[in-house]
Amino acid sequence: MIFSLLKKELLLEFRQKSTIGGVVVYVIGTIFVSALCFKGKLDKPTWNALFWVITLFTSVTISGKSFLKETGGQALFNFLHYSPTHFIVAKILYNMAFMLVLSFITFFFYAFFIKNEVENLGLFFVVLVLASTGLAAILSLMSAIASKASGNFAIMSILSFPVLMPLIIVVIRISKQAVDGIEWAGVGFSFIGILIALNVLTIVLSFLLFPYLWRD
Amino acid sequence: MKHWYKIIAVILILYTLVWGLLNDVPRLDILNETIRNVYYHVPIWFAMLFMMSVSVVQSILTLTKNKLDNDAKAYNAALVGFFFSIPGLTTGSIWAKYTWGTWWTFQDPKLNGVAISILIYLAYFILRFSVDDELKRARISAVYNVFAFVMMNVFIMILPRLTDSLHPGNGGNPAFAKYDMDSSMRMVFYPAVIGWILFGYWLFEIKNRISFIKNKIHD
Repeated sequence: MIFSLLKKELLLEFRQKSTIGGVVVYVIGTIFVSALCFKGKLDKPTWNALFWVITLFTSVTISGKSFLKETGGQALFNFLHYSPTHFIVAKILYNMAFMLVLSFITFFFYAFFIKNEVENLGLFFVVLVLASTGLAAILSLMSAIASKASGNFAIMSILSFPVLMPLIIVVIRISKQAVDGIEWAGVGFSFIGILIALNVLTIVLSFLLFPYLWRD
Repeated sequence: MKHWYKIIAVILILYTLVWGLLNDVPRLDILNETIRNVYYHVPIWFAMLFMMSVSVVQSILTLTKNKLDNDAKAYNAALVGFFFSIPGLTTGSIWAKYTWGTWWTFQDPKLNGVAISILIYLAYFILRFSVDDELKRARISAVYNVFAFVMMNVFIMILPRLTDSLHPGNGGNPAFAKYDMDSSMRMVFYPAVIGWILFGYWLFEIKNRISFIKNKIHD
């Protein structure tokens, strides 16, 4: 069931090539504007903060649309054919995969247009993976809530930013260590533990709470 | 006798307001007489956390029982808790000015946590205003409330223990309870906590009665 839902998501994404292209152009555009504004004069903490701000805004914009299509007749079809827990797990898994690809694209263009300040690349990629999955998981549920509250254009950002803060603070902390090139022995593994725990916690909560959003 | 807790709340708060200014406190560097703020600042935050917990319990009841009264109660509790955050912030800010030398600092995870939780409850109120259908609003806002409450607790409870904080009891700063709060301070502090929590519950009951009457008139 989950696999067929994932397949459906993927097919829909590639059938509408304008969205997937739009996302990449959005990322490149944001990075290019930032590069022009800073003119390459970034110290390490600013480099780190700017990267995660761009990732945060991209992910909120992109994930905001993940439930937009699931309204009206489509919602009724989903309601009759799928179980809510399968549906949210498929959504989260798909958004995680999407955000993973997207954050690596973001990093590539960020390093290309601005510069690559990361000294411990392995650690940075670990953080990038955990951050993307965490962002995707939280934003999937937030998108499901926002799609039910119509008529407020900013509702997605208003709902997501405060609940994303614990994740972002931890991510910036550990990513700073990667940028500074701290050896593996000195890495704050308790922070990586918190990131994994936040991922798991979000998935469990979505699993429990999403069925209540399911019927209209 | 259903008014007992209101009487206790009034007596306890009056007692702590007066005796908190009169009793003996330990002489400590930097803190000096501002240590008395522990009778006002900390209990107000405890009252806020209590009201937020009431709100999330009511939200869970909304989801399991699917009743509208629980939703109204969850909203009222969040409103009262939000109301407590204003004096909580003000007393904290004044205290910070006299001890840390600044009204607000981003160095402290507790302050950031408070800012985040205020944002969360503002988002919760805006979410409620943007859904018209009552049953739908009850379910959606309950889901957000439960999720946001867990995230807020992650922020407030866990993160400060991993990073340095200027607050007592964190990052090498002494905790009041362990070293400095002597028995004469405890005689004011604990009654203050109970008093403010009971006062919060009183406000919550009044709000509930108002929304109950409004519902009656509406029908």
